[in-house]
Amino acid sequence: MTVTNASPEIKSILYLNGVTKSFDGFKAINNLSLDIAPGELRAIIGPNGAGKSTMMDIITGKTKPDKGEVRFKDNIDLTRHDEADIANMGIGRKFQKPTVIESLSVWENLDLALAGNRNVWQTLFFKLKKAQHERIDEIMTLIGLSEKRDALAKNLSHGQKQWLEIGMLIIQEPEVLLVDEPAGGMTDYETMETARLLKEISEHHSVIVVEHDMDFVRALDCRVTVLHEGSVLAEGSLDKVSSNQQVIEVYLGR
Amino acid sequence: MQHRSILLKVLQTSHGTTLISILAAAIVLVPILNLFVPESSFLHVPTFTVTVLGKYLCYALLALALDLVWGYCGILSLGHGAFFALGGYAMGMYLMRQIGDRGVYGNPLLPDFMVFLNWNELPWYWYGFDNGFFAMLMVLLVPGLLAFVFGWLAFRSRVTGVYLSIMTQALTYVLMQAFLLNDFGFGGNNGFTDFKDIFGADVQSDATRIALFVASGLFLIGAYFLCKFVTESKMGRVLVSIRDAESRARFLGYRVEHYKLFVFVLSAMLAGIAGALFVPQAGIINPTQFEPVFSIEVVIWVALGGRGTLYGAIIGGLVVNYTKSFYTGAMPEMWLFVLGGIFIISTIYANKGVIVGVILSVIAMTIFQPLAQAISEDFYQFILLAVVYAVLFSSAIYFDRLYDLAKSRIAATNWFTNLNQAPHTEEAKS
Ligand SMILES: Nc1ncnc2c1ncn2[C@@H]1O[C@H](COP(=O)(O)OP(=O)(O)O)[C@@H](O)[C@H]1O
Ligand SMILES: [Mg+2]
Repeated sequence: MTVTNASPEIKSILYLNGVTKSFDGFKAINNLSLDIAPGELRAIIGPNGAGKSTMMDIITGKTKPDKGEVRFKDNIDLTRHDEADIANMGIGRKFQKPTVIESLSVWENLDLALAGNRNVWQTLFFKLKKAQHERIDEIMTLIGLSEKRDALAKNLSHGQKQWLEIGMLIIQEPEVLLVDEPAGGMTDYETMETARLLKEISEHHSVIVVEHDMDFVRALDCRVTVLHEGSVLAEGSLDKVSSNQQVIEVYLGR
Repeated sequence: MQHRSILLKVLQTSHGTTLISILAAAIVLVPILNLFVPESSFLHVPTFTVTVLGKYLCYALLALALDLVWGYCGILSLGHGAFFALGGYAMGMYLMRQIGDRGVYGNPLLPDFMVFLNWNELPWYWYGFDNGFFAMLMVLLVPGLLAFVFGWLAFRSRVTGVYLSIMTQALTYVLMQAFLLNDFGFGGNNGFTDFKDIFGADVQSDATRIALFVASGLFLIGAYFLCKFVTESKMGRVLVSIRDAESRARFLGYRVEHYKLFVFVLSAMLAGIAGALFVPQAGIINPTQFEPVFSIEVVIWVALGGRGTLYGAIIGGLVVNYTKSFYTGAMPEMWLFVLGGIFIISTIYANKGVIVGVILSVIAMTIFQPLAQAISEDFYQFILLAVVYAVLFSSAIYFDRLYDLAKSRIAATNWFTNLNQAPHTEEAKS
């Protein structure tokens, strides 16, 4: 595993230990433990309702766990911070349902996500620098939306919205990217392109991808964690987990 | 540097610029037509009309202030009348102190209503209001501070949507009750009136009235450019992202509550200025200005003029108030029908479902007001009334939802989509 943009002394970029979260007595997350190394690309699979999105909610500060540890870079306790703090620390997130700002253009969406100061006065008097301008153009090319720069986000296709959101995630320059079901609603070609894109991104970032599509996960070619009923059922290479008897039962028993 | 479709930009600029040019022309022309055209000429604008127009400009400024928070940040404030009224009261306090010993009781220090209440000294919170500069500072600070405290509590605990709207209604209602009390020290029921001087000039004189009209126009234009600057800056786009997808904005690292607080306070201050300019022209300020229904009316002006466009709010404020005064003067019984008609038309063209909710809220309020007056003595009746009001309010919200639902269904047919697209695109320009 290559560690690219994290200092060598950090053991885990994300570390979850014994995390539990109940909704009205139902344990959506049950004693979940997970350890992501700096620079790692990790796929998380699991049937619907396994708690994958809830796990991301907990990491990004949207949901507070009932108990357990959630640490970023070994010693930052994420349960003590809110969404904006966590985002600014360097954890970016793509939602399961594509969430872009519908009434802004592609360009404006990227400009909004662009790494930089998020303070009220700074944004009021913000002027885009040449390098930042080029960065937006660069990302637009990367996600294949250069031709759509002035199109309102709401007029994009589902797949294009997914890509725009991924682009917004990249331009935010986070250290960790949490990507929830990026291939949802995409054609086979788009799905493979997305896998390629995420693989490319993972060269410089830690990336956690939640996905159902097995071809997609295979294309990512990385360590896989299987989540079931809020905890880890199996972990390892895709071949290893997919030959695991319990995993087969969970998937076939759906 | 803005990067959006050129066509959109031109369209956008032209509406706003046209409106501002018309306003600027009016600021120059109306005084000329009043002062230099003989009264016999049909072109002559009587001073009375100048003042009426001046009041409309204040309403337009209030609508503009509301559009900043509602149109761009999605905060449906149903309490902006409170900020308007507070600005008005601050100005009123200055005007009361200017009366000096010319009041009925001739007390050089105390306004008449205090003498009437047998008060011997000026309450501490009246100190300084004889100073014009201090009073004008208060016109900004009092609404701004209230908005800050209210917003800090509400936005930090993430109160949004309908709940926030109800809280803003409660805010203005509570203030109205407070200002109605004689012991509160603001003239109770009667408020302030019989003003004499403003900045050393006679409030009633033609010159002062024209000056107030011009000032209202200038402040409106200035506020328009200020709001335009805010909404066209990167902050404007952050506001739109909060309006459209609040959690997205948070996950991008924006402190949503800070942004909301900033526009809310700015908007409250603009509303305060509007109130302060309104009071010397209206010649009176009393607790009716705090009535919840007034704040809802402001939402109507903005909704009709076009939410999230700035210029639309100004047009809405001017047109609805002109129409209202025309109908309430000429045929009072027609006004509600006319308003209903305007609503039906604008609902078809509107891009937000809130309009239907507003109509029903207004109906609810219209019923609420006279009933409350008739039986205000009887506590049980009051409870009953509260229930009726709650039912009407919730049905308003229900219809609001229903409209949204229906819209997405109907949107399948092309013509409706097209109809809907136009205003929405405009809204997206920021
Ligand atoms: N805010 C919430 N309130 C109540 N239940 C929730 C909430 N969020 C998630 N859940 C429940 O937790 C379980 C896990 O959901 P989720 O994390 O979305 O699953 P996944 O993303 O793996 O499909 C589901 O049964 C879901 O209904
Ligand atoms: Mg999910």
